[in-house]
Amino acid sequence: MTNTDWPLWEVFVRSRRGLSHTHAGSLHAPDAEMALRNARDLYTRRGEGVSIWVVPSAAITASSPDEKDPFFEPAADKPYRHPTFYEIPEGVEHL
Amino acid sequence: MTATVATTAALALGDDALVLSHRLGEWAGHAPVLEEEVALANIALDLLGQARVLLSMVGDEDELAYLREERAFTNLQLVEQPNGDFAHTIARQLYFSTYQHLLYAALAGGEGEFAPLAAKAVNEVAYHRDHAEQWTLRLGDGTDVGHERMRRACEALWRFTGEMFQPVAGLDVDWAGLEAAWLESVGDVLERATLTLPEGPRVTAWSAGAGRQGVHTEPFGRMLAEMQHLHRSHPGASW
Amino acid sequence: MATAAAHLTTGTPAHDAPDGAEGTDGNQRAFDAAVAADERIEPRDWMPDAYRATLVRQIAQHAHSEIIGMQPEANWITRAPSLRRKAILMAKVQDEAGHGLYLYSAAETLGTSREELLDKLHTGRQKYSSIFNYPTLTWADVGAIGWLVDGAAITNQVPLCRCSYGPYARAMVRICKEESFHQRQGYELLLALSRGTPEQHAMAQDAVNRWWWPSLMMFGPPDDASQHSAQSMAWKIKRHSNDELRQRFVDICVPQAESLGLTLPDPDLKWNEERGHHDFGAIDWTEFQAVLKGNGPCNEQRLTQRRRAHDEGAWVREAAAAHAAKHSGRTGATDSAGTGATGTAGTTDTADAAGRTGAKQA
Repeated sequence: MTNTDWPLWEVFVRSRRGLSHTHAGSLHAPDAEMALRNARDLYTRRGEGVSIWVVPSAAITASSPDEKDPFFEPAADKPYRHPTFYEIPEGVEHL
Repeated sequence: MTATVATTAALALGDDALVLSHRLGEWAGHAPVLEEEVALANIALDLLGQARVLLSMVGDEDELAYLREERAFTNLQLVEQPNGDFAHTIARQLYFSTYQHLLYAALAGGEGEFAPLAAKAVNEVAYHRDHAEQWTLRLGDGTDVGHERMRRACEALWRFTGEMFQPVAGLDVDWAGLEAAWLESVGDVLERATLTLPEGPRVTAWSAGAGRQGVHTEPFGRMLAEMQHLHRSHPGASW
Repeated sequence: MATAAAHLTTGTPAHDAPDGAEGTDGNQRAFDAAVAADERIEPRDWMPDAYRATLVRQIAQHAHSEIIGMQPEANWITRAPSLRRKAILMAKVQDEAGHGLYLYSAAETLGTSREELLDKLHTGRQKYSSIFNYPTLTWADVGAIGWLVDGAAITNQVPLCRCSYGPYARAMVRICKEESFHQRQGYELLLALSRGTPEQHAMAQDAVNRWWWPSLMMFGPPDDASQHSAQSMAWKIKRHSNDELRQRFVDICVPQAESLGLTLPDPDLKWNEERGHHDFGAIDWTEFQAVLKGNGPCNEQRLTQRRRAHDEGAWVREAAAAHAAKHSGRTGATDSAGTGATGTAGTTDTADAAGRTGAKQA
């Protein structure tokens, strides 16, 4: 990083109350306070948000693609976690 | 409050917003970093929106913006000052948005006809002030170069700040209190930016008055020439 | 959130990726299968080097076009003839800066920093769309850019919303949504001129005369002469050929021009019943090549202004970076420092802190 190269921040926007923050994109800023303001100007200028988080991109740990199978596959073969797994006789309501 | 008095006030506030918006618009494509293109445009658009509401209280917004002569504009000389470097633009923003924020907060709390506009605008202006403050801190307390540029900018524009507290007819405001609050607020920001309030005079040594009396600085005429030429070249045309 | 998390590894995915340089057969197969199944490729997925390079080139060029494209229109902000038009134009030029930012951030997920991309733009090693090397001579040019240039851009961009590379596709979704106003404002502007005074009408026609052919060139060289097309289509970066999109654009514009009361400057333009499309005249590709090589009316001017803005802004960026370094233990950064000490729970702290600050402003 050169002295003019500002770090990258990831921006999460809550579009309205009751919803969670969703990743909107990234931007550059010298520090957290400016990142928040830049995010407000860039990602909510059409009223897209009521709350913003900014996180230094470098601070995020992500699962990597080669871990894909062991990481996510076990969750795919447990259909009993989903309501559609269960057969209910026709006519039974409120279930 | 007579209609004329209200008109005077709406024009003064409207011209401030119109002219500063124009100056900020000149930054488009020239900002020091892309994120700042977006930020400056947001502020310019807020101000233009305010100007349109205020001018429309007086008459046709376009006639007022495009067909008045220089001497009929009553904006502060501060807002017509050329952009200069980014430090000058930020110093101008700090001085003006602090003033506008205090003024609109006072108007929003009152019962006058500007209360509804002020109530909406005060939130916009709070953000402009915050933007100016954040940048003043970074330019003043970052590098030596930044500090020096910010110091020079604050000093260069200082002599245009006294005019802000000349009472405007039609605005029921405690001007002396406004000035004291302004000095404290700006002083606090500058101190945190390792700068100090400039010491020079806050008005120019010319008794003819200033922007509020329709007396402007030379760059303003050129600004208006550019702003008005197309509109004036096609009398009566609609756009 | 899964896609977001993948996007988030924006640091240097090229180096993080397990097989950055050469893919194993398995990697290549997985990539091919994902593309074939119309799945999106995400930043940390293995991808062929050429795919990555093509995307960087294309997204960078696209981003550069957005920010260079601010200039011809910003040229008229200070002269906009009504306050309504002035507000619209400022908002539009601002959007272009925003779109540049979305695109640079998409390009950064491929492991190239914005600084590096800007440097390539400033030194002429990466291109931007040649259309912005034409001047805006009158107010009507603002309308012609909105209608024709943005219209052509949208025709090009809508299919990119389904591009195989996730971050690019997502950026394009956002951009297309925002751009719909750009084209309409241009059309409305021209309509006002066309229905205005004879001088205004002439101004509008003159602008359309000058912008029509350059707009058609925006779709790139004819299919048989386009060097990157075939591979990009196979990778699903591109979904339609240059000529196909150009034809679509012409067909869309003809009735729109009629409603405007303006003439498209092409005597050969006529409906072809058999093809179900409009035939149109031959494009002057020598002009296209000349502008591309740097001999357009404004190449030098556009790059000079861009470089100057960047160079003159250097002290500002340095000051802010120095301030951040000086104060990293204070103010907003305090929260992050706290999170370090509390481990994973810290993420929530930071988020909450951000939420609080945001709430204060809102």
